[in-house]
Amino acid sequence: MSEHLSALIVVLPLLAAPVCLLLRQTRMVRAWTSIVAWACLCMALTLLERVHTGGVITYAMGGWDPPLGIEYRLDALNAYLLVIVTAIASVVFPSGVILTDTSLPEGKAHLYFAALLLCLAGLLGITSTGDLFNVFVFVEITSLSSYTLISLGKNRQALTAAFSYLVMGTIGGTFLLVGIGFLYQVTGTLNMNDLALRLPELLGSRTILAGFAFLMVGGSIKLAVFPLHQWLPNAYTHAPAAVSAFIAATATKVSYYLLARIIFTVFGAAFVFDALHLHWLLMPLAIAAMFAGSLAAVFQTDLKRLLAYSSIAQIGYMTLGLCMASETGLTGGIVHLFNHALMKGGLFLAVACVVMRTGSSSVNAISGLGRKMPLTMAAIVVGGLSLIGVPGTAGFISKWYLVVGALERGWYAVSVLILLSSLIAVVYVWRLVETAFFGVPEHEVCEVPWTSWLPTWILIGATLVFGIWTDVTVGGASAAARALLGVTP
Amino acid sequence: MEALGIWNYWGVVLLMMIGLYTVIARDHLVKKLIGLGIFQVAVILFYVSMGKVTGGTAPIIPEGADGSEVYSNPLPHVLMLTAIVVGVATLAVGLALVIRIREAYGTVEEDELQRQNRAGS
Amino acid sequence: MSPESLLLWALCLPLAGALGVSLCGRWPNVREAVTIITTLSTFSCVLGILQFVLAGQVVELEVVEVLAGLPIAFRLEPLGMLYALVASGLWIPTAVYGIGYMRGHGEQNQTRFFACFALAIFAALGIAFAGNLLTLFLFYELLTFSTYPLVTHYGNDEARKAGRVYLGNLIFTSVAFLLLAVVTTWWMTGTLDFRPGGILAGKAEGPMVAVLLGLFAFGAGKAALMPFHRWLPAAMVAPTPVSALLHAVAIVKAGVFTVLKVVVYIFGIDFLTEQGASLWLMYAAAFTLLSASVIALTKTNLKARLAYSTISQLAYIVLGAALATTAGVTGAALHIPMHAMGKITLFFCAGAIYVATHKKDIREMDGIGRRMPFTMGAFLVGSLSIIGLPPMGGAWSKWFLAMGAAEAHMPIFIGVLMLSSLLSIGYLMPIVARAFFCKAADAEPEAASGDATESHPEKPGFWGAVNEAPALCVIPLCATALGTVALFFCVPFFKGLLDLMVLR
Repeated sequence: MSEHLSALIVVLPLLAAPVCLLLRQTRMVRAWTSIVAWACLCMALTLLERVHTGGVITYAMGGWDPPLGIEYRLDALNAYLLVIVTAIASVVFPSGVILTDTSLPEGKAHLYFAALLLCLAGLLGITSTGDLFNVFVFVEITSLSSYTLISLGKNRQALTAAFSYLVMGTIGGTFLLVGIGFLYQVTGTLNMNDLALRLPELLGSRTILAGFAFLMVGGSIKLAVFPLHQWLPNAYTHAPAAVSAFIAATATKVSYYLLARIIFTVFGAAFVFDALHLHWLLMPLAIAAMFAGSLAAVFQTDLKRLLAYSSIAQIGYMTLGLCMASETGLTGGIVHLFNHALMKGGLFLAVACVVMRTGSSSVNAISGLGRKMPLTMAAIVVGGLSLIGVPGTAGFISKWYLVVGALERGWYAVSVLILLSSLIAVVYVWRLVETAFFGVPEHEVCEVPWTSWLPTWILIGATLVFGIWTDVTVGGASAAARALLGVTP
Repeated sequence: MEALGIWNYWGVVLLMMIGLYTVIARDHLVKKLIGLGIFQVAVILFYVSMGKVTGGTAPIIPEGADGSEVYSNPLPHVLMLTAIVVGVATLAVGLALVIRIREAYGTVEEDELQRQNRAGS
Repeated sequence: MSPESLLLWALCLPLAGALGVSLCGRWPNVREAVTIITTLSTFSCVLGILQFVLAGQVVELEVVEVLAGLPIAFRLEPLGMLYALVASGLWIPTAVYGIGYMRGHGEQNQTRFFACFALAIFAALGIAFAGNLLTLFLFYELLTFSTYPLVTHYGNDEARKAGRVYLGNLIFTSVAFLLLAVVTTWWMTGTLDFRPGGILAGKAEGPMVAVLLGLFAFGAGKAALMPFHRWLPAAMVAPTPVSALLHAVAIVKAGVFTVLKVVVYIFGIDFLTEQGASLWLMYAAAFTLLSASVIALTKTNLKARLAYSTISQLAYIVLGAALATTAGVTGAALHIPMHAMGKITLFFCAGAIYVATHKKDIREMDGIGRRMPFTMGAFLVGSLSIIGLPPMGGAWSKWFLAMGAAEAHMPIFIGVLMLSSLLSIGYLMPIVARAFFCKAADAEPEAASGDATESHPEKPGFWGAVNEAPALCVIPLCATALGTVALFFCVPFFKGLLDLMVLR
């Protein structure tokens, strides 16, 4: 049983999704999805522990040996990602706000939960598989379920947002497929490790270059790297707030993982950065994302859209860590991935609480709520402080590593830019604080029930905890960075 | 001349561009989905033609094979079975969305939708 | 008790006090009792720690390792001890005064006020005891955020705007400059510990040192070095106890303390002198010093004038640090308690005047000395201390600063110090003179209407004219006024403490 764990973690939510259709009753389906998410979290933690003690775990799907069969391969990075994704899922799924802000018809909630589980299965699949084509399949599973989830938003704009995401997502997915095809054509293998072995001799080939380009663009669309981010603000804004919490905290993270995996494991940092100088393309884009995203966030009037633009900026930070291609930089990128998942998940859940009580997600909705919903507003403040990168919060840790990484590379200007861009975050966070605590209350509301604020505070509290105790986050991230760079500790 | 010899890839590129162009240039959502379909089919053709080996037969070992037979590579073809399923599923979700959009907005023309969205927000 | 546990107690007590205050919000008397008890017990803890520092004992405490090789750690040394004494000691009169002031005014949100107050003291003590730059930075930012609700206490548009200036200046400088300097230091030296003699020697060279010093000096935006001084006058919209403790003691001193500590324990004064990297900082400080004094002359709002006076006095400390001589650093360090005691008295007086008469403008304060003799007497004493005349504490720190300038062979700065003293006579003495020697413009009609006589019909003569602020306001300000005198005679003690500081 325990050796099948790395497959089971994907298969369980995949099989659990149809069960939702059998259970039908909202209450039971809800309990079921929560149990599945928790079970996945337990498995992910076990796997992480096992990877850290025993090294890489490989699993041949169906007993077919790689490179012919599909291989599931878990190293420090995948296992870390699995924990992030399942942890977010196991906090968001049981949350009391999971059905807030949706346009579900009566008695159809079980379909919504099935889609959530499918999305989870897809994300876990992308993360654990070692086979490129399998990655494509799971990317599509995730995307298809997230189109559905986004379209369930309360406003009709959710439908158009989901449609344009569908178009963009399909193009991105197909690009990935084309890239995979090119690689297969030259090397005759789909296994990532096998590819990594065979590619070095073929790197000059134009087919490989084209394949790399397709993979990069496809992955960047999924990650919403500036300027391929257009789908993201609309999708996050109109999706149900809990879905935004889940997708913002997991989907972009997994796409980031995919890009990192392709760059570092499949092609190798030497080729990508020393020969192709990809960082001279990615770094300006990342910096542009940091500034454009934060600046755009300043002017938003909708909480979810504000957070979405802030996500684009945060993706910029992560990408920046990626193109430093050093242990410190990558650690910064990966630990920011973890921390951002916590804070953005928490913030979106807090917004979901606001929507639950006021029925609106506009910035004005929180006007004067500092007294009426103190817990929710405090969550927004703390999450915001973490976005800024105030010391004592998780955001500080990741910024620290990124700045040190930039200094190590001799990119002094970049380190200054990182700090300056986080100052813009002060502006949009403080807009929320001023509205919440100085505004005049528009709604007569009371605090949300504990089932809603507790999950929010689990994530927000975690940002505080991981701002001080960083053994787990930074330790895991640096192990992951070393695994990516192929450095043995 | 070498470039012409790989005419199958030219066909793929052509189809891909037609598909992409349709997605970008057409306002009608269903036409966009059709474009998307063409785009995906181009990739499927790309894989299928990639697996074809000149002079190769179907990858079934006949009785009394001596190992000199040339087979087409079956793997890309098999992969495309999955890709076709993905394509169909995407189309289904897309069309379902179009139906919902039509119900909610009364139109499936993108410029009209954008106009309504702007007016609504 | 062991010094380590005392240190933890000193840190935890204000934190517990903040919690206690917010829990007891429903019962004002209990809440106020909690505040007073916390102030007293915190101060006694700090006094307890003082014993160990005076004995020359090295006390280190590592709480948790945040980043590899970078723990949150506390380390006792004389400079931090001095700041801790000032912050926790002056918290006691301020708490008493604050209670009197807030009640006298019937302010809203008093619970939040006192809770944030305790939190700010917690942050200040954290800064004082910080054992490395990371810890210092952590508490520095905590201080900024915990005082934001105090600055914006009134919650109106004016407070909101002031809050923006306050936060904008402090966060901008701390993130863009201070954090950058901290990370760069970490990157260059691989450590952030405060070590005697500094950690940068041999690691940094040439113009880099001057740039780094600039990042630190401007990064500590709380030191209000021009051009990042705008937050200080803006923050004066806060209730006066806030201005008193935070803008005369805790916050601004946190800024200059950071500069001082960085100069002594990160750069090392020998290294700075040898590199000549701090020359420009001396001129920058001198410029701030003089121009803030001149601006203070032009202000007619009492609190604004005091705010600019604070900016000018803070520049003294930065100047002393930049001189990087033994006497200069000693003078700078001594100026922390001396200025704190003098300025807190002045702010208390400004608040008392406001509570009693609702007057903010200096021009309206003619003849107020007759009505509030104790307050204005204290004001005179505080002013003399700020000006630097014996027998007030301020005389000593100026003495040492001037000696430091001589030691550094920079006689020009002795001139600057003298000039600034003249300017401070110019902006402080007229207030006292108006209060005691001018006739109140509205005294006659008031007397005619019989207000004063009706309320005190049986007390003619001196007491008849007296109409002071509540006792809870007046007693603390008299105490701190006496404190400035006491400090003059306590200097051997402070000097002894600072002599323990290992400069080289």
